[in-house]
Amino acid sequence: MCGIIGVIDRRRKCMDGTGIKAALSMMNERGSGEGAGYVAYGIYPEYKDFYALHVFFDNIRENKAALDILLEKWGTIVHDEQIKTYEQPNIRKVHTPWRYFFRPDRSLMPKSTTPDEDIVTHLVMTVNAAQNGALIFSSGKNLGVFKAAGWPEDVANFYRIEDYKGYLWLAHNRYPTNTPGWWGGAHPFNLLNWSVVHNGEITSYGTNRRYIESYGYHCTMFTDTEVVAYLVDLLIRKHGLSERMAVRALAPPFWEEIDRMPEKEQELNRAIRLTYGPALMNGPFAICVANEDTLVGFTDRIKLRPLVSGEYGDRLYISSEEAAIRTIEPDIENIAMPKAGEPVIGRVIA
Amino acid sequence: MSIGSVPLKFRVSIDPERCMVCGRCVENCSYGVFRQENEKIRINSRNCVACHRCLAFCPRDAIDISEKPTDYRSHPLWTRDVREAIFNQAKTGKIILAGMGNALPYPIIFDRLVLDACQVTNPSIDPLREPMELRTYLGKKPASLSLKEYPNGDVELKTKLSPNLQIETPIMIGHMSYGAISLNAQTALAKAVSHIGTFMGTGEGGLHESLYPYQKHMIVQVASGRFGVDINYLERGAAIEIKIGQGAKPGIGGHLPGEKVCADVSCTRMIPEGSDAISPAPHHDIYSIEDLKQLVRSLKEATEWKKPVFVKIAAVHNAAAIAAGIARSSADAVVVDGFRGGTGAAPRVFRDHVGIPIEAAIASVDAKLRQQGIRNEVSLIASGGIRESADIAKVIALGADAVYIGTSALVAMGCRVCGTCYRGQCAWGIATQKPELTQRLDPEIASVQVANLIHAWTDELAELMGAAGINSIESLRGNRDRLRGYMLDASLMQVLDVKSVGA
Repeated sequence: MCGIIGVIDRRRKCMDGTGIKAALSMMNERGSGEGAGYVAYGIYPEYKDFYALHVFFDNIRENKAALDILLEKWGTIVHDEQIKTYEQPNIRKVHTPWRYFFRPDRSLMPKSTTPDEDIVTHLVMTVNAAQNGALIFSSGKNLGVFKAAGWPEDVANFYRIEDYKGYLWLAHNRYPTNTPGWWGGAHPFNLLNWSVVHNGEITSYGTNRRYIESYGYHCTMFTDTEVVAYLVDLLIRKHGLSERMAVRALAPPFWEEIDRMPEKEQELNRAIRLTYGPALMNGPFAICVANEDTLVGFTDRIKLRPLVSGEYGDRLYISSEEAAIRTIEPDIENIAMPKAGEPVIGRVIA
Repeated sequence: MSIGSVPLKFRVSIDPERCMVCGRCVENCSYGVFRQENEKIRINSRNCVACHRCLAFCPRDAIDISEKPTDYRSHPLWTRDVREAIFNQAKTGKIILAGMGNALPYPIIFDRLVLDACQVTNPSIDPLREPMELRTYLGKKPASLSLKEYPNGDVELKTKLSPNLQIETPIMIGHMSYGAISLNAQTALAKAVSHIGTFMGTGEGGLHESLYPYQKHMIVQVASGRFGVDINYLERGAAIEIKIGQGAKPGIGGHLPGEKVCADVSCTRMIPEGSDAISPAPHHDIYSIEDLKQLVRSLKEATEWKKPVFVKIAAVHNAAAIAAGIARSSADAVVVDGFRGGTGAAPRVFRDHVGIPIEAAIASVDAKLRQQGIRNEVSLIASGGIRESADIAKVIALGADAVYIGTSALVAMGCRVCGTCYRGQCAWGIATQKPELTQRLDPEIASVQVANLIHAWTDELAELMGAAGINSIESLRGNRDRLRGYMLDASLMQVLDVKSVGA
């Protein structure tokens, strides 16, 4: 079932993790205590120019040296440290979370127009596919994912999420069916600055995975959600589509609607469906996806999962439940339920 | 007479209690099994091919046909078919001609693949109550789109799309030429595809004038014999297909026995009446992949780049690499024809022994195109041995965009798969040009039957997709996660890239 929530402050005013933790816990009916996670944007201002890599090590002694060598091969480790955690009775610490601030060496990707991103993507894909006791689960700038197997409040306390201050948050309360108990399987999923939380099951996963893999992405997380992050990266970063057009490709209108549109619009929508048919996501889902200045929420084409949005001041909230939003913001305004396939988009203006 | 007679293939019997000597069997059998003497029907079982025409028209169910009434001494290696082929060739010294598809009992991969359905974690979708999209576009697609967005929300499409065929169901009818089948049969197919909103192939037999009204639904074929090809023909088709090979006889050309080349066929094909129409094994202007590219582009140039050009190959061992080459030739779609594909006439040795099954061919072609990052730029059409809607769902999940059906469309018109098409005596009026036989097929009625079949299969596909929680066919395409292999060996599962049942 799963519960999701996202919030963006359009003026980049930071919120600490207290509110999001309470909101996520409000949706415990949607979870099973086997996975929860948070991502916050704007938490590493002093290292904002470097890629913040969050890594789960199975064993520091065995697995860390190899990753250090690989990172040094592709750039410079500006700083690295263990991510502080605080023991919780209900969380078994099976991994050691670590953070690196990393500067890629552009000269190693001479033919690319986006060498930094390509190096980091390559590192994430290689390390995660190799499964050598290290998993890079967060790789953007000035942002970080915090996740584990457990209930939302336990995971939040484990990382002391209230100590982090971000202007954009996503959070996820998991009811796993695929990979219960696996930390890597908890949401959010992240690649570069893209983070995704997802409620549902993507029935087109096989098609989407095979499509994205032909562009050099590797699906290594054994779950359908990571494919969303890669699709968004491909469509927006590599193909240059706007968020609105990318959502149009992922959850397009039905042919019946397209056939009724004015000719120019028909042509556009037909072109999107022809070109991006393999990216179309089927099955029930509600998704929040974010990058450093945008929060987008959308559902599948027949809205088989709930999604509610609301605003207060400079903040846009998107969640599975209105009650969760009200936990953070009791005076919430403009509560709305977006139509199937229609994106809700929040952008920073400062 | 050193070999003498071989045992009967079929024994025809008439129950005298039931028979009322109406003579319908005599009238209907085009193979001369029955004759009426006084008040009795006489039977020559040796002529019977089991086309069931007599059975279908006997008002009293008096006729029975049993297969292989006499046993040979059984032997696992020296089967009856092997022995009879030797007798035949010892007598004639010739290549044995056969009809329909592969007749050896190879395992059927389709029957060892099972489909998926939703339970609990995601809802199945009810096609009776929710939209279900089977619309498919065949043709070249861009790898990405270039869009310009304006502040007022307008979006301008800057990428120009190539022409695509739009079909409302992924089911098309494959190429069966006028010559191989009768004009009435082609007319029935043409009416059916026009009614359904899909396409059919003309085969290598030209396009008969009476079919011009249906040309919007015709894919015209250019094969190695170039029979019937001129600019008028090319311009009439909705798309053009270059036939390199055919699943029933990979590596050799077509063969239309002279018996079937009547005056009308000769005009449409532009060949002399009564002559065997034997198309060469290769196209003599295509000796390499770059030659194919030239032909694709010449055909496009001739038709002002307004029509998609398909290239059809037989499923052979190296089909994946060949298809990847074709995908780079400006072709809009690759048709892969599996070794079970039917034919009017093919040497038995080719029909039964050359080529690979469509399931494996589609899986490897799709994988190769993906590896090279060009899968979505070209369409992939599967044909050869599609028997039911489940086969279509499975082959699409393996990676095809659409299918061609052939034999099943003929069966919908009455064909009993007797496999005697090459003799031109088809009692059902389908694979013959004899006016007294072709008139038996009413194109109006037959077209309704063919349209019914496509309609029924399309409905079944929609139900299967809905059960799998998929409401758009592009999400089934290449979705091998929704297939499982049942008792398939490990190496084949690797080729198909499917997991085992239970995994």
